[in-house]
Amino acid sequence: MSASFSRSFTIEGRDFLNAGRASTQIKTILKELSVDPAIIRRVAIASYEAEMNVVMYATRAKLKFTMSASAINLEIDDEGPGIPDITLAMQEGYSTATSQMRELGFGAGMGLPNMKKNSDEFVIESAVSKGTRLTMTIYIN
Amino acid sequence: MACMHVCPTHAIRVRMRKATLLRDRCIDCGECVNACANAAVLPQTSSFRDFARFKHTIAIPSPVLYSQFGKDVPPWAILAALKRIGFNDSYDAACASESVSIAIQEYLDSVDSPRPLISPFCPAIVRLVQVRYPNLLEHLIPIESPMEIAAREAKRLAMKNRGLRESDIGVIYITPCPAKALAIKNPSRKKHSFVDGTIAISDIFPNVLQALPDVLTGETGSEILGLGLGWPIVGGQVACLKAEDCLSVGGLDHAVRIFEEIENGKLRDIQYVEVHSCPTACVGGSLTAENAYIARGRVLKMVQRFGGKPCQDREKIRELYRKNFFSLPGKIPPIPIQPLDSNVSKALGKLQQKQELYESLPKINCGACGSPTCETFAEDVVRNTADTDDCIFIAMKNFETLSANLLEKVMAHSKRVRVMNPASQL
Repeated sequence: MSASFSRSFTIEGRDFLNAGRASTQIKTILKELSVDPAIIRRVAIASYEAEMNVVMYATRAKLKFTMSASAINLEIDDEGPGIPDITLAMQEGYSTATSQMRELGFGAGMGLPNMKKNSDEFVIESAVSKGTRLTMTIYIN
Repeated sequence: MACMHVCPTHAIRVRMRKATLLRDRCIDCGECVNACANAAVLPQTSSFRDFARFKHTIAIPSPVLYSQFGKDVPPWAILAALKRIGFNDSYDAACASESVSIAIQEYLDSVDSPRPLISPFCPAIVRLVQVRYPNLLEHLIPIESPMEIAAREAKRLAMKNRGLRESDIGVIYITPCPAKALAIKNPSRKKHSFVDGTIAISDIFPNVLQALPDVLTGETGSEILGLGLGWPIVGGQVACLKAEDCLSVGGLDHAVRIFEEIENGKLRDIQYVEVHSCPTACVGGSLTAENAYIARGRVLKMVQRFGGKPCQDREKIRELYRKNFFSLPGKIPPIPIQPLDSNVSKALGKLQQKQELYESLPKINCGACGSPTCETFAEDVVRNTADTDDCIFIAMKNFETLSANLLEKVMAHSKRVRVMNPASQL
């Protein structure tokens, strides 16, 4: 089996103070491994958007980062309201953010589309009033 | 050890009781120069003797120098004083700051590149981007610094008016910080700087102070005008721009937060970010003589008095901009950190080892091992530049195990002695 490295982070809903911390740590790890900056940027955007979604909408989530020699994988499993209509949520500009969130500069309806755009594989599963599970893979070569 | 703890990029290690520098991580910010109690870290400025090789010397003070003396000392008098203390000529750089501001505005209006653009005038910030944020290199605005523009102009004028050769002229920058001094020795983008040497404001301060009374009683000069005078303080650059949606950031910790956000794809609606590694910008440089807040107050007063009138003809500068007068040649290269291993699989294995070791450490960042934090220590061990035993907590635990084992052996041995010698009282 080829070598891999993984690390898990817990993200708490409404915790705006620590929002972005997991993606910052993931970036630090990738920089330490001298991963191509363009790939780091894609991972950064994907993980940050995922993290922000948890902070804004969910109760809490586990973010698991795994890296092998060929790919980076992000798994975000949240306990939260779930998404009733995934097709609608995937549309650019669609958002359920409150006016308060919009004042903070969020809620442009670009979160999920941006995550999809920046990953090579993107899987979203959701169950209403249970939670949402995102799996994103970004290939290294 | 103070230098090691204060270093924002964890570039210092103490090995064999001596501080060593990991050059690829250093961003030349100068924090260690201030922190060292033993004066072991010295800024690489020049001494007056270095300039004997030039026929004609021109001092270009950082506009910070204008804020170092009393409120009644105008910039022209400081330029005049520099001529009295040994330089053949002096040249103002605040006016060049105004020109550069106009060039930035032109660039913002005409070039469609990733936003926000980042100011490239603090050399420590440029190195921070090179070392930690290679993704953001394309955000650095490719415009020459006022220091270089002023040096080039001063040389051109001296050649034209005095018939000198370029090699005869020495331009000396009076610097507020070691980062500028290093940037001149080793410019990030091109091979050659128009500045030939640097002297610290703190070194030249007493000489200028001594020359000032004669200047103020015996000379008159023309005022230095324009908003360029405000460049040495946080917000000074942005105040010169027409563009709205600009930010001014001071201090490395704040710079890092802003860079993280930009890297995460945020702040795209911001046009320009002025970033300084020092919390109070250049007036707070480690080689200044005056308290940063007093200097800041003086800069604000100066801008109030002289900032209203521009020193440059805007149209002329725009024309020069179109002729690439302000363009920085070449690209700023990234300075990648040495990876844990050149082989990705091996590097991942080492990362795992590092994490496991880190979990076993006390995580109090005491620094006794010679690495600034437990995390950097774990990394150093994986990189083979430190031993696990260098951690006093691990060493103590090992010692306890060792002594317990030893005690057990001794006890076992003495039991055998008793068995062999029943008369023993033991």
